[in-house]
Amino acid sequence: MPDTQSFSAGVRTMPAEPLSKPKILARKVNVFYSGKQALFEVDLDVPENQVTALIGPSGCGKSTFLRCINRMNDVIDGCRTEGDIQMDGHNILSPREDVVQLRQKVGMVFQKPNPFPKSIYENIAYGPKIHGLSNSKADLDEIVEVSLERAGLWQEVKDRLDQPGTGLSGGQQQRLCIARAIAVSPDVVLMDEPCSALDPIATARIEELIDELREKFTIVIVTHSMQQAARVSQQTAFFHLGTLVEVGATEKIFTNPHDERTQGYITGRFG
Amino acid sequence: MTDIAPAAPERRELKKRSTSDANVRKRYRKERRFRFYGIAAVSSAIAMLAVLMITIIGSGYPAFLQHELALEVNIDPVTLELGEVRDTDSLGKAPYLRVVRESLKAEFPEVTGRTARRTLNGLVSSGADFAVRDAVLSDPSIVGTTQTIWVKTSDDIDTFLKGQMTEINRWMPDGGATPNGTTGEVRVSVASKAFASIIADVKRRLTTLADAKDERASALKQILATQRTDLSQMRAGGASEDTAQRLADSIASSEAEMQGLIAEVADLRKRANAQESSEPLTTKLPSYLIRINGGLVKVEEVSAGEIKGQALLPLSSDAAATGGTWEIVSYVTPEADRRVKDIEIAWISKLQEEGRIENTFNWSFFQTGDSREPEQAGILGAVVGSFFTLIVTLLISFPIGVLAATYLEEFAPKNRWTDIIEVNINNLAAVPSIVFGLLGLAVFLNLFGLPRSAPLVGGMVLALMTLPTIIIASRAALKSVPPSIRQAALGVGASRLQTVTHHVLPLAMPGILTGTIIGMAQALGETAPLLMIGMVAFIVDVPGGFTDPATVMPVQIYLWADSPERAFVAKTSAAIMVLLAFLIIMNALAVLLRKRFERRW
Repeated sequence: MPDTQSFSAGVRTMPAEPLSKPKILARKVNVFYSGKQALFEVDLDVPENQVTALIGPSGCGKSTFLRCINRMNDVIDGCRTEGDIQMDGHNILSPREDVVQLRQKVGMVFQKPNPFPKSIYENIAYGPKIHGLSNSKADLDEIVEVSLERAGLWQEVKDRLDQPGTGLSGGQQQRLCIARAIAVSPDVVLMDEPCSALDPIATARIEELIDELREKFTIVIVTHSMQQAARVSQQTAFFHLGTLVEVGATEKIFTNPHDERTQGYITGRFG
Repeated sequence: MTDIAPAAPERRELKKRSTSDANVRKRYRKERRFRFYGIAAVSSAIAMLAVLMITIIGSGYPAFLQHELALEVNIDPVTLELGEVRDTDSLGKAPYLRVVRESLKAEFPEVTGRTARRTLNGLVSSGADFAVRDAVLSDPSIVGTTQTIWVKTSDDIDTFLKGQMTEINRWMPDGGATPNGTTGEVRVSVASKAFASIIADVKRRLTTLADAKDERASALKQILATQRTDLSQMRAGGASEDTAQRLADSIASSEAEMQGLIAEVADLRKRANAQESSEPLTTKLPSYLIRINGGLVKVEEVSAGEIKGQALLPLSSDAAATGGTWEIVSYVTPEADRRVKDIEIAWISKLQEEGRIENTFNWSFFQTGDSREPEQAGILGAVVGSFFTLIVTLLISFPIGVLAATYLEEFAPKNRWTDIIEVNINNLAAVPSIVFGLLGLAVFLNLFGLPRSAPLVGGMVLALMTLPTIIIASRAALKSVPPSIRQAALGVGASRLQTVTHHVLPLAMPGILTGTIIGMAQALGETAPLLMIGMVAFIVDVPGGFTDPATVMPVQIYLWADSPERAFVAKTSAAIMVLLAFLIIMNALAVLLRKRFERRW
């Protein structure tokens, strides 16, 4: 298992790296659940091809913000989003935005691994198929192989692509979900606590993978683990009670935060 | 039990522990009792089911068997009025009943007279000519020859042969017996008192009869007493003469009836108590037939050493028969209370001896439609009717039900309107089915003018009835699909419709199909709504389409249960068995689907 090795590698902190130009610009984002406000005037820039970690205590609105970026909040009854999120120069919150195309560009990985109860191959191939990204079976095979390769799963599953995805281990399932998300060639990958259901070895494996993936994708990750945020992200945003308290380069947030609430949270005084 | 508690008094600690032990024991007792109740409930349910199944199978299995009679039929073109042209049409229309009757006549040439002939013809089913016609149609070259053709016996004969009509006792007395003739009136005398047992039997029965009449007489006596009191009060109270007269008349007739009964009782008792006299046998008493020298003598008068009777079947000789070669057969149910008379029994026993009656599997029960004659009645018409009806039900209720459930569960906003719709769907599931029948009558028949008694309308009515079941089951199945699957699909950019059709519906399908099959099984067993739209009619033909008049299995059961013929009792149970078989198959299918396709997450 290569996992053991990467676990020790996962302890390191990211070397400081200047934040790149923003891929996503969120301005004055407000979210209401059945009239109750969950997010207040959030302004956040997400740098391109870097990892942005959203941290904060439970119920602070970090997942809600994440789900605004691919409009997954739309399916929740009574949820209303206001504000402006610019991606590639247009507002994705506009009612004219086609959510299906948006979600192709903004993939998502969920807290609990949720592969379709189908074969490993079909799990990956489903997205490209419905978006018409492949013209032939050979194309599709290649997409599946490349995606699994990128998710670091190819070596483990290449001989059993026709077996159900639900038969894999938890960590493998989560990497399968990541492979599924990147198979449709998104620009952005959203991850909602992707490691909370995994053991430390699988977690380290995913963290390593996230670091590799940011070459190609812009990543936004919600996490409860500050160590994880410190390890994988270049930018960290701290949410508290629905407001964005502080955002900045990860090193700065963890060593020299502005706000005393951030200070209190990262030192473990509340949260 | 913590040790940290500082110096708690010893006694208190002990007391606490003992109460908790008592609690534990009490809890165990409760659990044991509860388990016992559960096992008792389950076993009583199983016992009731077993009783039900045993009763149905016990009374239904004879319907799967049918006695058939081999007839030597002379297929005479003259009798059949066949001319030179012998095409299917003329062969099909020929009066085959005549050759069947000729054949019976040839079998029993001694039978003369219209009544006796009619009785003889009654041995075979009134559909016996179909067997001959089928034989001729399948091979027209047999016209002009004599063929052995198996025809069904009539339902009464069949019931008798299955032993459901009367108890039969046989015994072979010791000692020889000598008949004094071979036909007509025959006396059979025995050296020993071989017939004493018959006399004893008859006298016992006479006593029973006398007791029954006695009881009736004393009941009448009491009624008379009260009526007399009423009458005297009426007269004293000055009631109208008319009413009083009516009561007086009724008293007089009851009085006469009572006197008659008393006289009968006295006579019966005298006969019962008389010693060693000869005793006449009437049709109110069991029949005794004596099988001797290849013939059959019906006992009409019996004394200890001799009987006088009629030879129902001629004896081969009047030679003395030794003990063990002749026997007495008694038919306990009196002839007057039996549909098969002694003469018919004689004919049957002759045919049986010749090996020409066989109990065969009743294939035609599964091959024909309903009939007024039990031996010809089959379940196929009802099965096909049920099939067409269920097809219509399925075609209407499955798509509508699944679409409605999918829309309500996956697409509809959750607001007051959908709440109202949901409540009403749940209420519809509880509406008595006859109400749907009335709706079908009012709307489908009267308003739309659709044909009466048709599977099309029956299916539409049953579809209305099954819809709520399917919608509720489908919604439950859709709800049980974990939301993570929907999120996963939406997350890779599937539209809502793609999410539902590619992921949610396939996962919910086993549950939906299970619900649908349960709904179909419910529809299969439904009677009431179909009565309203005329599917209760007597329909002989097996329906050939959705608009042909038809009936369905449960209605057929109802119709047969309502028929007076004895043989329909077995047919009813047999039809129930067929219906249950279909229900079991459908439910097994539902279980199988669930087991086979159910996925776990």
